[in-house]
Amino acid sequence: MAAASGLVRRPLRQVSGLLRRRFHRTAPAALQVTVRDAINQGMDEELERDEKVFLLGEEVAQYDGAYKVSRGLWKKYGDKRIIDTPISEMGFAGIAVGAAMAGLRPICEFMTFNFSMQAIDQVINSAAKTYYMSGGRQSVPIVFRGPNGASAGVAAQHSQCFAAWYGHCPGLKVVSPWNSEDAKGLIKSAIRDNNPVVVLENELMYGVPFEFPDAAQSKDFLIPIGKAKIERQGTHVTVVSHSRPVGHCLEAATVLSKEGIECEVINMRTIRPMDIETIEASVVKTNHLVTVEGGWPQFGVGAEICAKIMEGPAFNYLDAPAVRVTGADVPMPYAKILEDNSIPQVKDIIFAIKKTLNI
Amino acid sequence: MKKMLAAVVSRVLSGVATQKPSSRVLVASCNYSKQATFEIKKCDLYNLEEGPPVTAELTREDGLKYYRLMQTVRRMELKADQLYKQKFIRGFCHLCDGQEACCVGLEAGIRHTDHVITSYRAHGICVTRGIPVRAVLAELTGRRGGCAKGKGGSMHMYAKNFYGGNGIVGAQGQLFEAYNMAALWKLPCVFICENNRYGMGTAVERAAATPDYYKRGSFIPGLRVDGMDILCVREATKFAADYCRSGKGPILMELQTYRYHGHSMSDPGISYRSRQEIQDVRSKSDPIMLLKDKMVNSKLATVEEFKEIDGEVKKEIEDAAQFAITDPEPPLEELGHHIYSSSPPFELRGANQWIKFKSIS
Repeated sequence: MAAASGLVRRPLRQVSGLLRRRFHRTAPAALQVTVRDAINQGMDEELERDEKVFLLGEEVAQYDGAYKVSRGLWKKYGDKRIIDTPISEMGFAGIAVGAAMAGLRPICEFMTFNFSMQAIDQVINSAAKTYYMSGGRQSVPIVFRGPNGASAGVAAQHSQCFAAWYGHCPGLKVVSPWNSEDAKGLIKSAIRDNNPVVVLENELMYGVPFEFPDAAQSKDFLIPIGKAKIERQGTHVTVVSHSRPVGHCLEAATVLSKEGIECEVINMRTIRPMDIETIEASVVKTNHLVTVEGGWPQFGVGAEICAKIMEGPAFNYLDAPAVRVTGADVPMPYAKILEDNSIPQVKDIIFAIKKTLNI
Repeated sequence: MKKMLAAVVSRVLSGVATQKPSSRVLVASCNYSKQATFEIKKCDLYNLEEGPPVTAELTREDGLKYYRLMQTVRRMELKADQLYKQKFIRGFCHLCDGQEACCVGLEAGIRHTDHVITSYRAHGICVTRGIPVRAVLAELTGRRGGCAKGKGGSMHMYAKNFYGGNGIVGAQGQLFEAYNMAALWKLPCVFICENNRYGMGTAVERAAATPDYYKRGSFIPGLRVDGMDILCVREATKFAADYCRSGKGPILMELQTYRYHGHSMSDPGISYRSRQEIQDVRSKSDPIMLLKDKMVNSKLATVEEFKEIDGEVKKEIEDAAQFAITDPEPPLEELGHHIYSSSPPFELRGANQWIKFKSIS
């Protein structure tokens, strides 16, 4: 994959030169799609496929989306399928849950997940718990999506990561895409899932382009919820992450590779139900574990991974305690120097890996 | 010659306390008044027998004070726009230029000891509630001289009897819950809606079952006020505050106003409204222009005096901006401070277990 993306970045002249030299292997220039466009495509395809699917939220229709994720959808599908709501999260989340209970398949957008706290009772008590409480009678096929976690300079009330909070609740499925392929495959799976699914996107990733494999261009491209992906094979340490930090882990892995340390980087893709088996199999191989997340350390995703590892077969294969790399245990400060030190950086990941390897 | 005379007159007037009869003659011959009465727009009333007065008295001193304050807010917001585009300010930045009469009029109608809380479009209220401009701008640029030590940013500025600046708003349900409890317990609360016609990019007609927000208090009486006329805002605020102070319970005020900028710096503000609309408001209803015209026409002050104030304000903002971009960032050692109040110091975790920050109250 790295070679292919290198191919794309070289100027056209050189690409055609390469193509000439290999007469059998004329690989087409790989398609680059941003995370934003991938989500847009995923929603567009599902809206087209099933007329029960609709999108509601603030500014999703006529404004094309506060972050332009739903660009063009209102123009294509109109008022009945793409609905602008007043600024009332508790209200419209409740309406969305009711619609799901009655048989529709809503996508409820929170402009950021920070605003979902206004509506969290609807997400947990009305959506997550209902199938259980009703003894299996009443399902709630709803998707709650929006950007999660830190952005850049948006300060304390707009930077919280909700992976741990939502991941805590039985009845919810929680996914956290990193790249474009993840974004499209997971949103489509979420929409087709008959359960409430929380899709934690990342604002800073929206504009990042990734190579889009052929398979992902299909209208039936789905990524199973509950399955992690090994982004990079390695032998010395297992590095587990979700969302934007996955990219930082891969950067750290590249740096460490020059020093002879090969990291196995796992992209969780799903927070709940967690694919602990993939992590365990990796730890059995590498004997070392580092978890990386943007959220706060206490009771976080990393904490849960460590606990699960202790409870399972991989514990006996650990040569050192597992290490967590997280956001700092403070409300997100505004000043740049403070913000930079409140989120996990590549240097923090490298430091943690070396510590656990006792280097 | 005329300029010199004006200068003499203004110096004389500023020494009002020691004015001698001969100086007053000089004043009279130049036709300057110390005070004037203006007619103001009648407020729309809901569940109220009578409303604020339809005339307002304005002293020269107050007028110049309001003008200076509104111009300060205006210039500060425009400077913030510039600093944002130069990337000195990051994240969210919601500007209130166009809405100056709301914050200045509000402060003119209440006491320093009253308590105020508002949403993210708060820079104007920060200034009127007493935060120095340089502390506001330095907070926007994230420096240690900021009023929240650089840790809060645009939406999280606080002062005595001012509870911010808040980032999460809109919650209509919570609003109605507040109305209910305030009315039930007769709390002395003035609920103010700064109706600038748009909720982010959505016009009020598309978001509100009825855009008559002053009536939405149901059992709470309400006023709809011309939010572009500072005297109207001041009189309505005084009326509302008196209503509460007399024990009658809460009251609602809808200020009809307008923001020139988009919702925030990332919103150009012209996809959901026309440039013509913005231009029309600017040319016909600009709050600063309206006050100046009133005062010049009724001889409370001269055009030159306003120019002088403009010059002083401009300098003040330039100095504040200079401070805001040269003041150093907060020290890294203070990243962990102010988690808890009145608590003994402790250590908290950074990005990994080996990075620790000291936390002091």
